[in-house]
Amino acid sequence: MSKHNIRVTINGALHEAQVDSRLLLVHFLRDQLGLTGTHIGCDTTHCGACTVVVDLEPVKSCTMLAVQADGSAIITVEGLERDGQLHPLQEGFWHEHGLQCGFCTPGMLMTAYGLLGRTATPSEPEIRHAISGNLCRCTGYVNIVKSIQYAAARPR
Amino acid sequence: MIPAPFDYHAPASLADAIGLLQLHGDDAKVLSGGQSLLPLLKLRLASAVHLVDIGRIPGLEYLKEEGGYLKIGGRTRESVLERSDLIKTKYPILHDTAIVIADPLVRNRATVGGNLAHADPANDHPATMLALGAEVIATGRNGERTIAINRFFTGLFATALEPGEILTEIRIPIPPPRSGGAYVKLERKVGDFATAAAAAQLTLGANGAIERAGIGLTSAGPTPIKAVDAERFLIGTTPDRETIAEAARLAARAASPSPDRRGSVEYKREMARVLTARALTKAVERARGN
Repeated sequence: MSKHNIRVTINGALHEAQVDSRLLLVHFLRDQLGLTGTHIGCDTTHCGACTVVVDLEPVKSCTMLAVQADGSAIITVEGLERDGQLHPLQEGFWHEHGLQCGFCTPGMLMTAYGLLGRTATPSEPEIRHAISGNLCRCTGYVNIVKSIQYAAARPR
Repeated sequence: MIPAPFDYHAPASLADAIGLLQLHGDDAKVLSGGQSLLPLLKLRLASAVHLVDIGRIPGLEYLKEEGGYLKIGGRTRESVLERSDLIKTKYPILHDTAIVIADPLVRNRATVGGNLAHADPANDHPATMLALGAEVIATGRNGERTIAINRFFTGLFATALEPGEILTEIRIPIPPPRSGGAYVKLERKVGDFATAAAAAQLTLGANGAIERAGIGLTSAGPTPIKAVDAERFLIGTTPDRETIAEAARLAARAASPSPDRRGSVEYKREMARVLTARALTKAVERARGN
């Protein structure tokens, strides 16, 4: 099995590491860097709990090799807060009760982050379309949509 | 789940990638977006000794009209197709298709070339490309060759690509005026494979009769199905409820789906009929609007 030296910017900080070819991005983040905010849900590309933003696009980090991320800029849920201030999305999930058990939340947040980066004021159907690859087993979708609308209405 | 060990290669040029594929033969697999291959490797339903990642090769992601064709780079991501105004306005059948493939997160990595080269009869692009009469460009050691889409799918997960060839481009003839197409999919939930789906692309003559008809079916057999009897029947007819119903009946007869948790053979064949009728109806509307 080949080993590779990779350079990845994660939440603004440059990381250099040697990884096995088969190491998945989600395991690199969680096990090698200790960034356990990114969750592993289904591990089969269905649930979206492992969503992180790679080069501005939200993707499922269980379905990407760490070595494929070489040279990219990644944002994980740990990168949303700034100097102790919650990101408007995090604030939205708090105000609008966008989480119950919280397991899907990091993925929902990062998918929403990707959406707001592309569409500043998405319509409700656009929000629902964007999060259609993220499952919430508490079925809290109504409040999740409201939480994203809360963030979209605030300066970022 | 963790894939079995493999060696990973990230060639910087097409020539290097082809060289690696030739060197390693059957031991090598092409990694494009990885949204089908990585899950299969994780589940250990597939294995590879060498993965050749074509993601670092420049110039394989594009959409352009040129020389009478819409040309789609093999590594073009589904999200690029989904967001393209050219696709939305001029090739609505491709927009219909892109927005129902897996989910938006998967589409940020999944590629059109991968969707075809993987040759899963439950994938969505094969039916659309059959309806559109597309061609696939395969690049190998001896340069490019063109493969007509109706000769591309040779079996379950099998294509006409030779070992050492990479699907580098998809070419779709630019539809003449009075053309329209649609893709209609029945799925249990977002992200699921099609229970059944139908693609239809039509061109009408000045008198309103059908001059060209393409119909492709998803999840309707061991390979993507081109419903040739239905296509032939439609040529020269003026599309109305009756002709569409008859074409849909003929299309369903070409389907030989397998039963699974999504439904029985009878149910899936019936859905192929219903969805073909809907795709044709929408295609006619769009063709008349052009």
